[in-house]
Amino acid sequence: MGAALLALTAPAGAQPVGATDVPTLIAYEVAGDAITGPLGGTRGDADRGAKLVAERQKSLCVLCHSGPFPDPHLQGNLAPDLKGVGVRLSEGQIRLRVVDMKRLNPASIMPAYYGLPAGERVAATWRGRPILEPGEIEDIVAYLVTLKDE
Amino acid sequence: MRARWPALGLALLAGGVAAGEIGPSERRSGRDFMSAETRAMQADDNSNPGMLWVLQGEQLWSDPAGSKNLSCASCHGEATESMKGVAARYPAFDDASGKPIDLAGRIARCRTERQGAEIPAREGDELVALTTYVAHQSRGLPVAPPADERLAPARAEGRRLFETRMGQLDLACASCHDDNWQGRLGGSAVTQAHPTGYPIYRLEWQAVGSLQRRMRGCMVGVRAEPFAYGSDAYVALEAYLMSRAAGMAMETPGVRP
Ligand code: HEC
Ligand code: HEC
Repeated sequence: MGAALLALTAPAGAQPVGATDVPTLIAYEVAGDAITGPLGGTRGDADRGAKLVAERQKSLCVLCHSGPFPDPHLQGNLAPDLKGVGVRLSEGQIRLRVVDMKRLNPASIMPAYYGLPAGERVAATWRGRPILEPGEIEDIVAYLVTLKDE
Repeated sequence: MRARWPALGLALLAGGVAAGEIGPSERRSGRDFMSAETRAMQADDNSNPGMLWVLQGEQLWSDPAGSKNLSCASCHGEATESMKGVAARYPAFDDASGKPIDLAGRIARCRTERQGAEIPAREGDELVALTTYVAHQSRGLPVAPPADERLAPARAEGRRLFETRMGQLDLACASCHDDNWQGRLGGSAVTQAHPTGYPIYRLEWQAVGSLQRRMRGCMVGVRAEPFAYGSDAYVALEAYLMSRAAGMAMETPGVRP
């Protein structure tokens, strides 16, 4: 785990701090390995976030992550368990990881939830839009910060 | 979490590069990742639903078809002899078109050119049944990609596609099938994506379908625009997957969740 943490945090210091320049996405500021302010200015709702995290087709989180969510047998194990993530990471750190994990680890398999699609041949339905909207990301962040039990 | 998330995640994080291809001694068929019940279903011809397609294909093999009123058997005789090992060496290089052709494409070509029949639909019952029947004649034989240099560009292109991040989720086939094959995506084993069981009976489809149909599912899953059935891109991916599986035993008809 030590190596993993290092790899996660080391590139962050080297990242330029500033707003994204993609016109159709709202701007956000990255400071170190965090986005301190809520996307769009408003914090989200933890209950809605809990529902979203469990929505396999929409948020997809549980395809890769396990955690204190319903249906443990349908949770994947390609990513860290999200149990206790609210202790390990600050709100701003969680926000950056959901918004764009690839800023911290370009080789990550975790999709950037608030970026424009980077893969080839994006299907027409999904072209030109982020996986989740700012409000949805804030709901998820509001929920993840409540996961304090390790 | 430490125990649940071993070397895999660390390799991804620490290296910052893909873990790369699977070593020969580590290769495992998709069958080895299935539940005991599904494996038993595949192993017993009386319970393997794919055998219905094999039987249908056997019938079609000797039915005269098309304007020339010839059957496959008119030219090829007993499939148990003439088709043995054929599927294990496809895709092969096709002189007529000057490019690689997959088994279903080859069968479709015989249907139109030699029998004078309509072009069979790619995932239609007829072509799927015939392909399953022909591939079944290779069951138990090792995958044997031909040592034909003319196939090298397609294999290389297939590998490039396999390693290209696609779709809104920005994942490559290799992100899952090379780097995370031991993991579970939701409730499903990821597997190494070997083509050994194809065409397969997939419980989710309640039908037999081709390798291309299976790959289409993964492309749609990462929210990418799938390639067209029969396209050069899919044939290239097939050629690469077969070269990756060289020496592994054919299983057609495989059963998969
Ligand atoms: C395709 C796989 C995948 C999906 C889908 C996915 N993640 Fe991740 N996530 C990862 C991986 C892998 C990591 C480990 C870090 C890395 O890869 O760089 C990670 C790390 C994280 C972390 C940091 C955890 C820690 O303990 O450091 C958070 C928070 C997180 N993900 C939240 C989410 C949320 C919320 C969603 C859904 C909205 C989601 N992830 C969807 C693969 C995924
Ligand atoms: C996000 C993860 C992921 C990505 C990316 C992915 N796959 Fe898959 N693939 C899976 C899973 C999970 C299964 C098993 C599904 C099941 O059994 O329901 C699978 C199954 C397969 C199989 C069937 C293997 C067998 O034993 O029958 C093949 C072949 C395959 N994938 C090829 C591909 C190709 C080619 C690509 C890229 C175009 C790709 N996959 C991209 C997750 C992925």
